[in-house]
Amino acid sequence: MDHNDLLFLVEVLVGGLLSGVMYSLVAIGFVLIYKTSGVLNFAQGAMLLFAALTFVSLVERGVPFVLALLLTFAVMVALGFAIERTVLRPLVNRSPMTLFMATLGLSYIIEGAAQLVWGTQVHALDIGIDDVPFELGGILISTFDLVAAAIAATMVLALSAFFYWTRTGIAFRAVADDQFAALAIGLRLQRIWATVWTAAGLVALVAGLLWGARLGVQFSLSLVVLKALPVLVLGGFDSILGAIVGGLIVGAGEKLAEVYIGPYFGGGIESWFAYVLALLFLLVRPSGLFGKRLVERV
Amino acid sequence: MTFLKSITGAAIAAAMLLTAPGAKADEQHFPLQSYRVGPYAAGGTGFFGGFIDYLNLINTRDGGVNGVKLTWSEGETQYEVEKGVEVYERLKSNPGIAAWNPLSVGIAYAMIDRITKDKVPLITINHGRTDSTDGRVFPYVFPLLLNPYSETSGIVNYIASKEGGLEKLKGKKIVVLYHGSPYGKETIPIYQLLAEKYGFAVSQIEVPHPGNEQQAQWLQIRRERPDFVVLRGWGVMNPAALKTAQKVGFPATKIIGNVWSNSEEDVLPAGEAAIGYTAITTQASGEQYPVVQEIKKVVYDAAKGNLEDKSRIGSVYHNLGIVNGILNVEAVRIAQEKFGHRTLSGDEVRWGFEHLQLDPTRVAALGAKGLFHSINVTWNNHEGDGYVTFQQWDGKKWNVVSDWIAPDWALLRPIIEKSSEAYAAEKGIKIRTAEEAGSLASN
Amino acid sequence: MSVETLSVPTAPTGWKRIVWPLALLTLAYVVVPLTASSYLLEAILLPFLALSLAAVGLNLLTGYCGQLSLGSAAFMAVGAFAAYNINLRIGLPLPLTLILSGLTAAALGTVFGLPSLRLRGFYLAVSTLAAQFFVQWALTKFSWFSNDNPSGVIDAPALRIVGIDFDDATGRYMLSLTVVALLTLLSWRLVCSATGRNFIAVRDNETAARVIGVPVLRTKLLAFAISSFIIGVAGVLWAFTYLRTVEPAGFNLDRSFQILFIVIIGGLATIRGAFVGAAFIVIFPLLLSRLGTSVFGGVFDSGVLDMSQRIVLGALIIVFLIVEPKGIAALLDRSATALIRWRR
Repeated sequence: MDHNDLLFLVEVLVGGLLSGVMYSLVAIGFVLIYKTSGVLNFAQGAMLLFAALTFVSLVERGVPFVLALLLTFAVMVALGFAIERTVLRPLVNRSPMTLFMATLGLSYIIEGAAQLVWGTQVHALDIGIDDVPFELGGILISTFDLVAAAIAATMVLALSAFFYWTRTGIAFRAVADDQFAALAIGLRLQRIWATVWTAAGLVALVAGLLWGARLGVQFSLSLVVLKALPVLVLGGFDSILGAIVGGLIVGAGEKLAEVYIGPYFGGGIESWFAYVLALLFLLVRPSGLFGKRLVERV
Repeated sequence: MTFLKSITGAAIAAAMLLTAPGAKADEQHFPLQSYRVGPYAAGGTGFFGGFIDYLNLINTRDGGVNGVKLTWSEGETQYEVEKGVEVYERLKSNPGIAAWNPLSVGIAYAMIDRITKDKVPLITINHGRTDSTDGRVFPYVFPLLLNPYSETSGIVNYIASKEGGLEKLKGKKIVVLYHGSPYGKETIPIYQLLAEKYGFAVSQIEVPHPGNEQQAQWLQIRRERPDFVVLRGWGVMNPAALKTAQKVGFPATKIIGNVWSNSEEDVLPAGEAAIGYTAITTQASGEQYPVVQEIKKVVYDAAKGNLEDKSRIGSVYHNLGIVNGILNVEAVRIAQEKFGHRTLSGDEVRWGFEHLQLDPTRVAALGAKGLFHSINVTWNNHEGDGYVTFQQWDGKKWNVVSDWIAPDWALLRPIIEKSSEAYAAEKGIKIRTAEEAGSLASN
Repeated sequence: MSVETLSVPTAPTGWKRIVWPLALLTLAYVVVPLTASSYLLEAILLPFLALSLAAVGLNLLTGYCGQLSLGSAAFMAVGAFAAYNINLRIGLPLPLTLILSGLTAAALGTVFGLPSLRLRGFYLAVSTLAAQFFVQWALTKFSWFSNDNPSGVIDAPALRIVGIDFDDATGRYMLSLTVVALLTLLSWRLVCSATGRNFIAVRDNETAARVIGVPVLRTKLLAFAISSFIIGVAGVLWAFTYLRTVEPAGFNLDRSFQILFIVIIGGLATIRGAFVGAAFIVIFPLLLSRLGTSVFGGVFDSGVLDMSQRIVLGALIIVFLIVEPKGIAALLDRSATALIRWRR
């Protein structure tokens, strides 16, 4: 392997890792909700689309950037509370599968509502990050992806801080550890759920803006959940750290596979490679990298 | 405004007086399997909007085609095949159906058997099944103006014209980035064929559906250092491709899009990354053409326009809808000259499409000079030798940057016939002759 | 009071057990072909039958055996493409083609069922997505599957059994109905058998099932195989009798979700639920859009109507999950009981 090939390998690897951060960003939204309520929230993609669409429509109507951000966040908070009130509360103590189905229904509602309110047009979203690549030791790196990774890191830090040092955050961890014990000591489950959905809404907003800036804001934005699912399997559904590491592995793995293994199959293997990778990995560790082990009781 | 309204009002009244001799006016119906929601809604609203706007123009301005009113009804498909079939079954019993225009490859495929049985034309303008160009095997299917093979040839001819002639293609390198679907893969052998014929190197790279991640593909492209990249994309894959090209430092001016990558919706989401990108089209965009101006005046000023957002008048899909309207209406008009000024049967309209010959003079008379070049459909050539042109995106609008270019139809015809004859053999279809095409089906 | 709640609902006994299925079959075999319009057959009954069968298949796996799968559409695709290729390359009679394509789907289903030996719950569900994406990729990638057709979309062959032509709408309906009725009967026998009870044991408590001697691994793989067989045949019906074309994109993730919706809305672990759920999923959106068009038709364009319809469908799914988690089948049971009680 000569020098150029090596450079290319590094370039693919770096590009893959940075893409992986974008997957993690979506996956974190899932983890937050799964951890506290055991729901695999399929509507996360719809929420992401809804947030991005709301934001871009506001900006296009002349609302200043920061105000639009705040307004969209307010809408996501309202959405989080509404979901808790109308969907989660009546379904308390139901099987995880029922809840999963409910979120499928929810994604229909949110997607429909988003397009009903804001229309089906495609939008360009400029969040002020120039996407010009720069060179570092012969490797081309995307500024945008780097900034996105920084934003993602900031968000993860902020979330961690929130969960470690605020009352609500500590309550959140209590619920995640043991729902019944948390209830027994008098924590208000409903408020915590609403908060968690709000937090997931915030993650959806950030992910929606970054993905929206990458792809444009349109219906297909909700499809990015399909990129997040193998990340979740790999990292474990209930671990934020898992979502990050899983995202990096999936991102780097699928890019390397597409470039180096893909040609033997005629290319285009990215659509399933991440799933197969996750699957093989699961055969070794059935609950992901950092997921909680299931304890079987009879 | 009011003055204009009263004039149009008077015109309508006069037209009605002139053209309503009997009790019940004749009507020709267009059932529309439209898609105004879902992932491809932007294309659907533009195309069906333009089509309806043109039908509206003909009704309002001319009182229909020789007094025969044009009507339509819509069924939403979301671009899904089974919804398209449902709408077909629902609307097919409407009286006086002229033709079907689904603008969806999947729906069109599912309809071929059905419309052949029901003897109604199926129009797949700019897309559809390539071998349905052969009217000997597919009597009722019309991939008007451009089939995927001609598109490929048109793109290669354009690249040659940029390089200074077909012989200059020798030694050049072209990468085709295609959508990972049957649609995307359809032209692989044609690029191979043209590469061998003209001596350029071609490398074809797949992007898996939906195409929102293309980092790996573009890094490969950058390593191969091609002279041009042909983008054979679909939906979100197009803006993602332009964005990723920028990310790896590949210039947009070296990227050429195909017919499903040529609209405003494909470039707008990419923002500045799309500036300089060029794409093929059969119909120029812009609203400067007389027919588009008339639609603005007669239809939109009377608040009867179909597009909600008036700024989309003259967009790629809207103009495609208008051209599609022109072709449908003219086919009806041509058939009426043979069969009489009345409601026609589907088979009679089929005859009209098989004689749809509009030379540039006629196109100019229809107010579409510069909008599209010409068409020359015959009983066995259902594509009609459409010309293509290329438009470059300047960040706000498309600008035509080439002449009208002719694809190499003679080269492609034997391949098409081979495929259609194989289809005929597989399905047990008898190959039609010119005499059979000239007469109407017996029932 | 307690006595009464325990006594009903009872399983129908004696002649009642026969009468209802017989009445339904008479309706389906005699009345429908004589009276139904082509719209009813082509746009409602044919998709209904194919989806019902797919849902019966998924219900065996998910409802009875407790293994959530999100890859049903992949097995439909495998069935459809297998049938096309068997017909094209070997040219067997149609019934044999159906069985062989079902077996092909079953074989693949078993392979993709292997992770179920180690995985549970959502981990398994997401891993079934691997089947979904891999199959779709392979069918698009290798053009051999579609007989090197340049556009990858293939046509259904003429449907003929011992010289009788089943190509018109009524014929395709009868063919579809017969296949669905037979496989439904077999599934019903299966869930009443020892194997069916093993399925339920594995679903309810795997460890306990192992303790009482149920061969858990074999049972799971068997569930995957049988379920994929039925779903594969449903795929053949979908492609050959309903759409008449076969393309990989028609068997995407949305189709898998749709089948899952049918099972959940209809009722998990009831064979009837699959039919009720399929009827709901096929007919309900049409009804809504018709109603919408007739009430608001002039005011809104079809896009707005369809979006509202999407919202209503989503909301109804949630409402069902909240109000009637056992599905419409249980709802029907209870209203029947209420009716009987009221008539007393």
